[in-house]
Amino acid sequence: MFGEMIRQKSFGVSLAVFLVLLLAPSFLPRFYIYLLAVIFVTALLAMSLNLCVGHGMLFQFHHGVFYGVGAYTAGLLLAKTSIPWWMAFVAGPLAAAFAGLLIGLFCIRLNKLYFGMLQISLGSLIWAIAFRWYGLTGGDDGIHGIPIPDFIASTTGSYYFVLIVLGICLFLMYLILKSPFGSTLQAIRDNPERCAAVGIHVRHHQLKTIVIATFFGGVAGVLFVVVEGSIFPDLLFWVLSLEIFIMCLLGGWFTFAGPILGAAIIVSLRTFVGTYTEYWTLILGVILILLIFFLPEGIMGYNYRQLFRSRTKYAHDSQME
Amino acid sequence: MEGGQTITLAALSITLLVGLSRAMILFIVTSGLSFVLGVLRVPNVAHGSLYMIGAFAAYSISALFGSGSVGFWLALIFSPLVVALISLIAERSLFCHLYEREHLMLLLFTFALMLILGDLTKIVWGADYRSIMPPSLLQGFVTIFDSPFPKYNLFLLIIGPLVAIGLWLFSTKTKMGKIARAAAVDMEMVGAIGINVSWVFAFAFVLGCLLAGLGGALVSPTISVTLGMDHDIIIEAFLIVTIGGLGNMWGALVGSLIFGITQSFGVLLWPQFAIVFPYLAVVIILTLKPTGLLKSVW
Repeated sequence: MFGEMIRQKSFGVSLAVFLVLLLAPSFLPRFYIYLLAVIFVTALLAMSLNLCVGHGMLFQFHHGVFYGVGAYTAGLLLAKTSIPWWMAFVAGPLAAAFAGLLIGLFCIRLNKLYFGMLQISLGSLIWAIAFRWYGLTGGDDGIHGIPIPDFIASTTGSYYFVLIVLGICLFLMYLILKSPFGSTLQAIRDNPERCAAVGIHVRHHQLKTIVIATFFGGVAGVLFVVVEGSIFPDLLFWVLSLEIFIMCLLGGWFTFAGPILGAAIIVSLRTFVGTYTEYWTLILGVILILLIFFLPEGIMGYNYRQLFRSRTKYAHDSQME
Repeated sequence: MEGGQTITLAALSITLLVGLSRAMILFIVTSGLSFVLGVLRVPNVAHGSLYMIGAFAAYSISALFGSGSVGFWLALIFSPLVVALISLIAERSLFCHLYEREHLMLLLFTFALMLILGDLTKIVWGADYRSIMPPSLLQGFVTIFDSPFPKYNLFLLIIGPLVAIGLWLFSTKTKMGKIARAAAVDMEMVGAIGINVSWVFAFAFVLGCLLAGLGGALVSPTISVTLGMDHDIIIEAFLIVTIGGLGNMWGALVGSLIFGITQSFGVLLWPQFAIVFPYLAVVIILTLKPTGLLKSVW
């Protein structure tokens, strides 16, 4: 398995990119280092969503909630208790995975788009609680100036921390997708009925995927706290969830690294366009419409057009059930 | 309880009535969503934005006619039409080209529409709070169980059932309604007997959006009209159609009643977290019956 991975051309490319990124703080200005860190956090979030969306065809429409739960858990533990920082960092993803399990248990009973609708609704409940519970979460102001451990408090420190965690997580995701578990998941995406017929517990498998994806979403949430040092309810808001969904689509949701590209494009656009106009969501909407009409398989998926066609056929057939 | 007030029978009855009148608004909005869902099989995420535009349009129209009674009634008629026109333009120019595509793409289109309409509303009306006075006929209170009850809410309690009956008559007695119901069950067969399915879809979409606009116009005197009301309503509406049974109009009614009443009792019991109560009801219902209370149309 590792041998096969190392022989691939893309492995060499990603290793080279990783090395360049390791050296980046020595030649890039501070603002760009910060921007790169934000892109990494968002990329991890989009990658975790794509485990569900691209590889599992589960319409996880409110993935942002798990990002927020991870960030809030870690942030609140750091700000309000005196437990060691690493425990808070571990608690974030675990809380996110637990929330994923709870919401997943309800949503998994429904199919396709209704799965997504129910998830938006239940996720919004968590948002509403974070938004209203002033005593604990600071309501709509959130909490700012969360104490971050010294060695990762600087821009460069947090950059390296985020980069290394992102690297580890991507490697883990790659292993998961290449494992029998990942293959089964993709088989379920392409033909759930046949998978059920050969004895795979489809719902069980999908629920496990949701828990794994929400765990990585929670990791992204913790990294957000490291980079920004603050938490606020917009992290849990469903417009953010939609934004990361668009990132997966834009980069190419049937490819492994597509969401990273999508995250890089959207975050950069938001940063630079945001300085000119306050109507960012309008632009996001127009981008989405252009994507739907002209590039439904994303930028990286464009090369796999033929492959995509056969898959849409399956997806379409299973939707006709 | 936290409110510190003793809960009397009268308070309970008023709470029930307030919940019912809230449920009527929810029903009018949700029935439109449910209708689109039944025929096009797409949850229209932009439904909430159209509801918001309905409320803003009602404000502008009533302001145009001097904010009096005449303005209000005209707003009630014309703001749903404005919303219908917007949805017709969006449908015919872009949405109708996607019917052959995957359902996910249709859904994402409505997402995009929500983002665009939300910001367009901000551009046209700004981020200020707006409020509309109900017409003089419906101002003030009536006394029920020795407690004051707003006349406007009474008006809502009459309008809601009227809309329900109207929708029922439309979908069972008129030709267009029958075609729409047939298209919901078997779109290809409807096309095969020579009916233009694309226009049936357009009609269903516009009718659904018209109801969103009507809901927005009706709710505008009871709340402050502002940005962000689109997000609140669409999430509630999604929950209601899920518990009621997808695409089922009576399911939308039952769901709205459950939602409205649990919400108003929540306000009575624990105001800060009133929003939790309807969600709790939804969770209980979906645990017992994952497919919703009534049969979904397909």
